[in-house]
Amino acid sequence: MANFSTNEFKAGLKIMLDGEPCNILENEFVKPGKGQAFSRVKIRKLITGKVLEKTFKSGESVEGADVIDTELDYLYTDGEFWHFMNNETFEQIAADEKAVGENVKWLVENDTCTITLWNGTPIVVQPANFVELEITDTDPGLKGDTAGTGGKPATLATGAVVRVPLFVQRGEVVRVDTRNGEYVGRAQK
Amino acid sequence: MHVVRDIKMTEQNSQSNWQPSAVIATLKKRAQLIRSIREFFYRKDVLEVDTPALSHATVTDQHLHSFCTRFDNPMSPNTTELFLQTSPEFAMKRLLCAGSGSIYQICKSFRNEEAGRFHNPEFTMLEWYRVGYDHHGLMTEVDELIQLILKTEPAERMTYQQAFLQHLNCDPLTASLDELRALASRYGYQDIAANESSKDTLMMLLFSQHIEPHIGQDRPCLVYEFPASQAALAKISKDNPLVAERFELYFKGIELANGFHELSDAKEQRRRFEHDNQTRLSQGLQSMPLDKNLIAALEHGLPECAGVALGIDRLLMLALNCDSIDQVTAFEYNRA
Repeated sequence: MANFSTNEFKAGLKIMLDGEPCNILENEFVKPGKGQAFSRVKIRKLITGKVLEKTFKSGESVEGADVIDTELDYLYTDGEFWHFMNNETFEQIAADEKAVGENVKWLVENDTCTITLWNGTPIVVQPANFVELEITDTDPGLKGDTAGTGGKPATLATGAVVRVPLFVQRGEVVRVDTRNGEYVGRAQK
Repeated sequence: MHVVRDIKMTEQNSQSNWQPSAVIATLKKRAQLIRSIREFFYRKDVLEVDTPALSHATVTDQHLHSFCTRFDNPMSPNTTELFLQTSPEFAMKRLLCAGSGSIYQICKSFRNEEAGRFHNPEFTMLEWYRVGYDHHGLMTEVDELIQLILKTEPAERMTYQQAFLQHLNCDPLTASLDELRALASRYGYQDIAANESSKDTLMMLLFSQHIEPHIGQDRPCLVYEFPASQAALAKISKDNPLVAERFELYFKGIELANGFHELSDAKEQRRRFEHDNQTRLSQGLQSMPLDKNLIAALEHGLPECAGVALGIDRLLMLALNCDSIDQVTAFEYNRA
């Protein structure tokens, strides 16, 4: 993998830091009038998700990270791995529990997910921004409530729990924003 | 004539970025601010001067990168290399040597390899020299100007040593390289510290990241007596050879001005230029032509004086509470 100098640092560049692939979020140029220039960068570690600041001397270089994002369809899980397929090449790839993490609750069969590959191995599985899931359990709630006053918890087919309005019932399919876990509406038939 | 331009130029043109980066109201404020500065010096009978932006020589400081261009003289077959000035310092000192008395200038200065929230490769500088002043006298005048423009309380003053002791519990004048490395490592700069052999680089890192953000928050802060190794063009103190008679002004996390009790010893000036060039070569940088006119002028005699350079754009950022230099310049370099 190529090395990148501080003058190539910009948001979105993937570099290696402490053995972990990272995404640069911001790069700030720091320089005293009479003195050494530095780059102060804000970085997200891609595996742990940790955001940190790191300062480099201007002109220093770091190793790039072989990281790509790819769009794959979720197929199934065998309990140990989650299997995805490239819809054009039919090539399949398996992500482990660490890569899937919390997002396991948003994996819907045949939905397209964004898989981040580091050296060809999945490290992050990002579901689509919106998924549609069936409610498997919720209190019957009061009929006629349309204002959504607080709502009630509902368990979805994947085990995810979201707050839904009182009028939404078990067996219905709802649309959820995976970025904040919020109910958006009933799914369009 | 068709000239093949590089890709960046094409990209820039395709975006059609014709609008100014500063709003017009800001540019009006900018004009007022510059007028107030001119009145300030007019009242004090300090002469306004205008010195060349292009010169045959330039700074040797390893941390300053001059733009270089070529002059095709219609009266000569030779092409001359000329440098855009990183500050008007050398030419203004030659005027002082020629008997100008106290002078000031508001001009564009140019620094390559600098761009960011507080940097634009060309920027407007106010530089002035006071004959008969030392750095303390000039600090008082800097404070007076800042109080006038920014309506601030009188500035706080502390030595570079006090600032380090107070904020990092370290004496910068006596600390060893290993001590500074250990300190930098404690603040999370293990990677830089591990390979760094320059105490000054470590001090600059610690100062800019862990002192600057904490000083001059409520009122401006003048830091003086920089380590002798960071003297630049300042005299070394007669009382303490470990420090230089150099000061900087900081306000709300912004480095605003840098001043010197000016070095007047021509031999020492030449020695520093040559030392800078040796440092440049050891770091794989090009050595720079020495400004022989400046050295000749110093040999003729520079009156006892102090001088300071102040960034007008940053002053305006503070006056208008802007967080980027783009907001106070008509066209930042991407739009230029």
